[in-house]
Amino acid sequence: MKKELTFFDNPKNVKKLLITFYCSLVILLISEFFIHPHPAFFFEHVKGFSAVYGFFSCVLLIFLAKLLRLIVMKKENYYDK
Amino acid sequence: MTSNMLPPAIIFILAAILIPFLKGKTKSVYMLLIPVAAFYVLVNLPYGNIWTYEFWGYNLIMGRIDKLSMVFGYIFIIMAFLGILFALKVKDDLQHVAAIVYAGSTLGVVLAGDFLSLYFFWEVMAVSSTFLIIASRTKESREAGVRYILVHLIGGLFLLAGIVLTIQKTGTIAFDYIGLNGIESYLIFIGIALNAAAIPLHAWLPDAYPHGTPTSTVFLSAFTTKSAVYLLIRTFPGAEILIWIGAFMVFVPIFFAVLENDIRRVLAYSLLNQIGFMLVGIGIGTQLALNGAVAHAFCHILYKGLLFMAAGSVLQMTGKIKCTEIGGLYKTMPLTCLFCIVGAASISAFPLFSGFVSKSMIVTATVNEKMIFIYLILQFASAGVFHHAGIKVPFFTFFGHDSGIRAKDPSWNMTLAMGIAAFACVFIGVFPQPLYNLLPFTVNYIPYTGAHVVGQLQLLMFGALAFALLILSGYYPPEIKSINLDVDWFYRKLGRGGYIVLDKGLNSLNRISEKSIMGVVKGLVSFFKDTAAKISLFVAVNIWLALGYRDKRLEIKKNRLYNDIVSGTLPIGIGAAVTISFIFLVFMLT
Repeated sequence: MKKELTFFDNPKNVKKLLITFYCSLVILLISEFFIHPHPAFFFEHVKGFSAVYGFFSCVLLIFLAKLLRLIVMKKENYYDK
Repeated sequence: MTSNMLPPAIIFILAAILIPFLKGKTKSVYMLLIPVAAFYVLVNLPYGNIWTYEFWGYNLIMGRIDKLSMVFGYIFIIMAFLGILFALKVKDDLQHVAAIVYAGSTLGVVLAGDFLSLYFFWEVMAVSSTFLIIASRTKESREAGVRYILVHLIGGLFLLAGIVLTIQKTGTIAFDYIGLNGIESYLIFIGIALNAAAIPLHAWLPDAYPHGTPTSTVFLSAFTTKSAVYLLIRTFPGAEILIWIGAFMVFVPIFFAVLENDIRRVLAYSLLNQIGFMLVGIGIGTQLALNGAVAHAFCHILYKGLLFMAAGSVLQMTGKIKCTEIGGLYKTMPLTCLFCIVGAASISAFPLFSGFVSKSMIVTATVNEKMIFIYLILQFASAGVFHHAGIKVPFFTFFGHDSGIRAKDPSWNMTLAMGIAAFACVFIGVFPQPLYNLLPFTVNYIPYTGAHVVGQLQLLMFGALAFALLILSGYYPPEIKSINLDVDWFYRKLGRGGYIVLDKGLNSLNRISEKSIMGVVKGLVSFFKDTAAKISLFVAVNIWLALGYRDKRLEIKKNRLYNDIVSGTLPIGIGAAVTISFIFLVFMLT
């Protein structure tokens, strides 16, 4: 059998990946100052709007999903009863 | 010119008949050649109406060839090829035949220029796809299959009622732009919208698709919904209600996708979300928006097929598909993992992947029309898609906690099918122009501007940051073995309650008028039940005899079929009776 990949078993590698990820976020924020802006609506004149919107969209998504779970979640055999 | 050859739909359907009689490599090559032959025919067709036949004084048009039908024809044939390649080693003729008939009937729908051939292929599509759902041969899949066909038969009857009324009004069976005016157009609209899984007529999709086999779900994900999207582009472009249905669809399913434990059901909910984008485009109805809807359908078929192939590979190799049961599979399934990530990046509309060049056309169309609210919803949903389909699916399948499962990558044909789809996703993302050339209107759209790339990356990456922080902090909702209620609850639970009430009510009624009405009804029901069972048995037994089944095996098969029919036709009979009386009602009212 082929040998296994174990890259993410090493916590150092996970840490490296996370650091790369955080760096890329900073680069994305900075790079907005060097491109020709093309705002769709007035609120996009604010630098970093997309970043903030993306972040809070996902937080809101999780928050609401957790609330939704209270209503819709049932045991796996719900329909068999 | 190939207009003197058979229509692609007929090539598929006729070719499917031979499949059970072939074996080994011949069979594999034969099956792969079917889409190749159909593609050859399609590529060389002239524009205009071809394959027109006289039928009861009406003109059937089996080939309405223009840019719109061509681009959908191309992608459906490409996807049929990939699906067949992916399923090549499956030892179950039912699946092969059903899948190829299903693909063929979809092509029939796309190329149909008149209502009658449209309706014919529409129903073939519904029936053949049902076989792909029940092909898992589990109790759950059989039940889901019955619900699926019931819903689609009712949808088909709406369509039929609309068609009959339209023909009565216009005197012709040819169709093109319809637009929402008059009851008949609404009936047609509902029939098509049901197949597009438009909310609130969507529940059949996340209910049924996850019950398919590892390979059949790949076909299911591509054809029914996107042929309905094609028809909506053809018949109801600019219908404003589609903007709102679409906005609702991009928004609501992502919450379910976040909560869902079954990976294929997560993908089913994200399928709804993606169709939402297309419906918004169709509803806006400008050239850019319609181009966007077509392009997005094209890209979507590829990357959603790819994602379902990856999920199917995992299911095939591990026997499991729930987040709680899998994880850490990148260690021994690196290729599947890689292809899944490509699919995930494409559906998330990362720059250089296919979703980026198609979805952004629809988003830009909302900007051009100054629809701030819709724009914000779409952007919210874009971040949400990345969250559940882009990160959750690969993360919980291939990374996350190590489940200890050490399954290998699947067989060469499955890996190759995923590889081709993944390549296509990247190719379209990097070189969008060939796709743009296929679109119905001239494209003056440039996806790669600095602002667009940076804006999109910010949206996605900071969404990913939220995911990372929530996972690390432990706030992220844990994966739980569970199911989530959807509107199918109404016909699965409430429907059953209603049935019990009716049953009890009817029984007391029965006691009162035992000898009159109910006697007749009962007789009719058992007559239909028995006749249907006997006819099917007669046909099936002859086929089984021809295929060499004898004695005990034949007996088992006969019993199984009889029970299936007797337990299955009763609800269908009730459903059909209700819907047929509905058509009569419509007839009398207009």
